[in-house]
Amino acid sequence: MPLLKPDPTFYPSPRLAMQAPPEKHAFVAALTPPGSKLNDALLVVDIDPASSTYGQRVGEVRMPNFGDELHHFGWNACSSALCPYAPHPHVERRYLVVPGIRSSRIHIIDTKPDPRKPQIVKVIEPEEIFAGTNYSRPHTIHCGPEAIYVSALGDPNGGGPGGIFMLDCETFEVLGQWEVDRGDQFLHYDFWWHLGFDTLLSSEWGTPNMIEDGVQPDQLLSSKYGHQMHVWDLRRRRHLQALDLGKDQQMVLEMRPAHDPRKAYGFVGVVVSLKDLSASIWLWHRDNGAWDVKKVIEIPAEPAEPEKLPALLKDFKAVPPLVTDINLSLDDKFLYVSCFGTGEFLQYDVSDPFNPKKTGSVRIGGIVNRAPHPKTPDQALAGGPQMVEVSRDGKRIYFTNSLYAAWDEQFYPDGVSSWMVKLDADPNGGMKFDKNFFVESDDYRVHQVRLEGGDSSSDSYCFP
Amino acid sequence: MSELWPWLAVFGLGMFHGINPAMGWLFAVALGLQEQRRAAVFRALPPMVLGHALSIGIIIAAVLLARVSLPERTLKIAAAAILFAFGLYRLLRSRHPNWVGMRVGFGDLTLWSFIMASAHGAGLMLVPFFLPSPAAGEAHHHHGGHEMHAWAFANFSGPSLLIAAIVVHTSGYLIVTALVAIVVYEKLGVAILRRAWFNLDLIWMVALMVTGVFILLL
Repeated sequence: MPLLKPDPTFYPSPRLAMQAPPEKHAFVAALTPPGSKLNDALLVVDIDPASSTYGQRVGEVRMPNFGDELHHFGWNACSSALCPYAPHPHVERRYLVVPGIRSSRIHIIDTKPDPRKPQIVKVIEPEEIFAGTNYSRPHTIHCGPEAIYVSALGDPNGGGPGGIFMLDCETFEVLGQWEVDRGDQFLHYDFWWHLGFDTLLSSEWGTPNMIEDGVQPDQLLSSKYGHQMHVWDLRRRRHLQALDLGKDQQMVLEMRPAHDPRKAYGFVGVVVSLKDLSASIWLWHRDNGAWDVKKVIEIPAEPAEPEKLPALLKDFKAVPPLVTDINLSLDDKFLYVSCFGTGEFLQYDVSDPFNPKKTGSVRIGGIVNRAPHPKTPDQALAGGPQMVEVSRDGKRIYFTNSLYAAWDEQFYPDGVSSWMVKLDADPNGGMKFDKNFFVESDDYRVHQVRLEGGDSSSDSYCFP
Repeated sequence: MSELWPWLAVFGLGMFHGINPAMGWLFAVALGLQEQRRAAVFRALPPMVLGHALSIGIIIAAVLLARVSLPERTLKIAAAAILFAFGLYRLLRSRHPNWVGMRVGFGDLTLWSFIMASAHGAGLMLVPFFLPSPAAGEAHHHHGGHEMHAWAFANFSGPSLLIAAIVVHTSGYLIVTALVAIVVYEKLGVAILRRAWFNLDLIWMVALMVTGVFILLL
């Protein structure tokens, strides 16, 4: 049923969204570790400091089938519904669209009336996605101005190309492939856009066959994983330009464009460089109508004793940072960077996007360090900072420690006991752990976090 | 006075169309903010007016043509059915527009405005004013010849009525669109959307259905 006034969680601009009230619940994708017989679940975590159950799991909804591997998910509708060219502001932000990256099944989960009791209201079976899109392995969801856009890693047989398909934001009907002309694009991972410039950008990981049995060292060392990003005409759905970061730059993952629709730049993280195992952040930007990309942050590998390293890394005598997720605050001021390998979590001031300044760093977990959380200072932790989410006001940062089931064990052979933590960020730079917030999870591995009402990677805006 | 009020109604409906954020002023504001120039707000207005005029013009022209070729009763039933069905369809299945694109030129904006006005049934809302009325037929009989005069616009021939109606309606539309756009751009800011963007579509579609029924009863 349409609303009489716009959904109160829709904001015309990122600046206005920063004034949103603090979130009270987090929805967290939870997948079962290898060997477990449990079905995956979506967890609800209480993140209201005034509540008696603060920092605890207060709800969960189990998936109906085994082996989905929940990964990234998103909302049916968001602030982009206020965009002037296709306005439909009287729909509700209500349903989470939750894909399984292994099963290719998509769950539609109703978060109302009680966010602690979410319910599955529709399941889109893999066959429907295969038939309707010729894609498989859906993961990232963005609510676009006219439909829900879904990222997909590959085709139904596990090969390529990967790309984007669309769902109707009210009926969740599968609408088909997004691309009209994909040019030479083949590998795919993440995507997002600059609505003010009618431009979509996408990145490259690997086809399902290249990742589902773990990272393939031979393929990695021969530069077979993605090392490009792609620029698309969002309106005409055509490939415009490929930006090559260089063959050594392996796995170009999360994309975070500036939220201000007048700014034509954004950041993308690269997992590893074959030259020196460093990780890096690249800035894409628009110059006289053409797009270009430039490395703006390089995070070096840290030397390590071979006996402390997993088989995959022993010969290198170093632990790579492995930047696997990044996030940008709504004022486009702070960029947060997760280093899954070293266990470092970094904050940069990117007010001048060409010259980021490091303003904060904390450590937790890590292949070698196994740094503890302040709440349990004697407990060595596995896994490292991974999926990160930033509250709309930019004051609270949440992250989890699981990457991708088949890959976790390669970097943490003794397993990843899962956790979720929270940091408080200083508006002038700097951040520190909230000592009271440490959500441990023995039964599940926790992955992406979404905040009730929206967060810093859930919404797009058409007004500055 | 009784000859003036239908014109006021056509003008007023233009104002009503103009106030809807989905019909133009919001897009004009967005273009101004994106380019950070007030001129961009004004530059968006002519194509929006043109697109709106085309959309409602086609509907009015169709009614005026049908008036000449169809029996009065058939015309009324057809008009009533179209209005009612359109309103009901949009009420049950509020498919939102598929347009994507902020970087738009004159042609794009004209087409966009045409699509938005048509999708909202802007022209349909004007239909009742151009239908013949039995009462009018008798009242104006002594003017001779024209048995199918619209009761409200008895003194106009088809083409001049069409042009006059488009000009009057789009004037109302333009005045409100321009005024709201510039006040929001300069003073209020887009935060007002959160409080003041009422779901006009709901009222609008119900109004179309009621009008459809009303035509039959008249």
